[in-house]
Amino acid sequence: MTKKFLATRWGIITVGAVIGILAPLLQKLGNPGNMGICVACFERDIAGAIGLHRAAVVQYMRPEIIGFVLGSLVAAYIFKEFRPRSGSAPIVRFILGIFAMIGALVFLGCPWRALLRLAGGDGNAIIGLLGLACGVWIGTLFLKNGYNLGRTHTTHTSTGWIMPLIMLGFLVLMLIFPQIDGENKSGILFYSTKGPGAMHAPLFISIVVGIVIGFGAQRSRFCTMGALRDLILFRQIHLLSGVIALVISAFVVNLILGQFNPGFAGQPVAHNMSIWNFAGMTLAGLAFALAGGCPGRQLFLAGEGDGDATIFVLGMIIGAAFAHNFGLASSPKGVGPHGIAAVVIGILVCLFIGFTMRNKTT
Amino acid sequence: MSIIVDAGGLSCPQPVLLTLNKINELQKGEIQVLVDTDTSKENVSRAAESQGWKVTDIKSAGTGYQISLKKDPS
Repeated sequence: MTKKFLATRWGIITVGAVIGILAPLLQKLGNPGNMGICVACFERDIAGAIGLHRAAVVQYMRPEIIGFVLGSLVAAYIFKEFRPRSGSAPIVRFILGIFAMIGALVFLGCPWRALLRLAGGDGNAIIGLLGLACGVWIGTLFLKNGYNLGRTHTTHTSTGWIMPLIMLGFLVLMLIFPQIDGENKSGILFYSTKGPGAMHAPLFISIVVGIVIGFGAQRSRFCTMGALRDLILFRQIHLLSGVIALVISAFVVNLILGQFNPGFAGQPVAHNMSIWNFAGMTLAGLAFALAGGCPGRQLFLAGEGDGDATIFVLGMIIGAAFAHNFGLASSPKGVGPHGIAAVVIGILVCLFIGFTMRNKTT
Repeated sequence: MSIIVDAGGLSCPQPVLLTLNKINELQKGEIQVLVDTDTSKENVSRAAESQGWKVTDIKSAGTGYQISLKKDPS
């Protein structure tokens, strides 16, 4: 029943709506403003928690991310869809992950957060989403011209377990070294004492919500990049219907919770430099399109055994470290000192990948 | 002897692109599409049906699926 239902149009609408309800609730329970869930921001916080960057305001081992992977793993096993696979140009996927994260952190959010920012009244999100669509559109041009990263191969079951095991390891670390009030470090883990990294829902709730969403998203193939790509490439609105459901339900829940504040200036964890909101998401969208999934989808794929998606996720975490160590990430004050240069380089790298990696599959 | 589109090991949206290219080329007839994930199986089936083709059979093949698509001359 679930197997069939969640793969249907109503299934994906349900999953989108559930994400749209749970995300603002997580915000109410402690997560940062318009950031009930943000895959890019949360992976960045994880990079901070393990000390890959030392930006003191964004360090926390986000249990939602752990839950996404584990929920997807459970769903994949229950429905016999766990397929260990890898080998489709992993190094390229790693690089795409790095620049996807850099682009997302110039805008300050992944596509999920762009949608949640929109549902919270942040007008800058519209600019970011237009940039995302532009990046995905460029990606579809490459796809039409034969771009692809080659075939994957079936591999050892344990290869597919790498990302779930990394996430389980993160969870164990969090339980061994729990947050200590007012301390920025517990054992080997860093914990923000102020800023977005210090704002979080209770661990247990975060991980349960993560597992529920991971389960549903694996079943329904929820993907924000895919939604735009399929619309542009095939005029299909299957995935898009889930995205629209997410925005509508998050908007309604935000209204009920008093979390809807329309405007451009002074929005939570956001800046209003429109050109760079647009360009940052263009870079991110192009990188997602070339890699075949938005950051959330990459986590769910990693949970169902896709080793290449695992590499992309690790690329994003490393990209977050670069973004904060090199001053590429934006802050509410605006873009970082080297953010603009990083976006330009990132787009050039993506174009290089798009132009040079074509048809070798037939 | 029907035409085979081998999309095994390819990630989205390649299986759908290859299938639609073949559908546009043939206009009618029978196509067998090889895919290796459930996501690709669903996407290829959905795309073919949107073009007026019928999914006549889906069976396990290797580590994935073989999807049979058909469109009669109109």
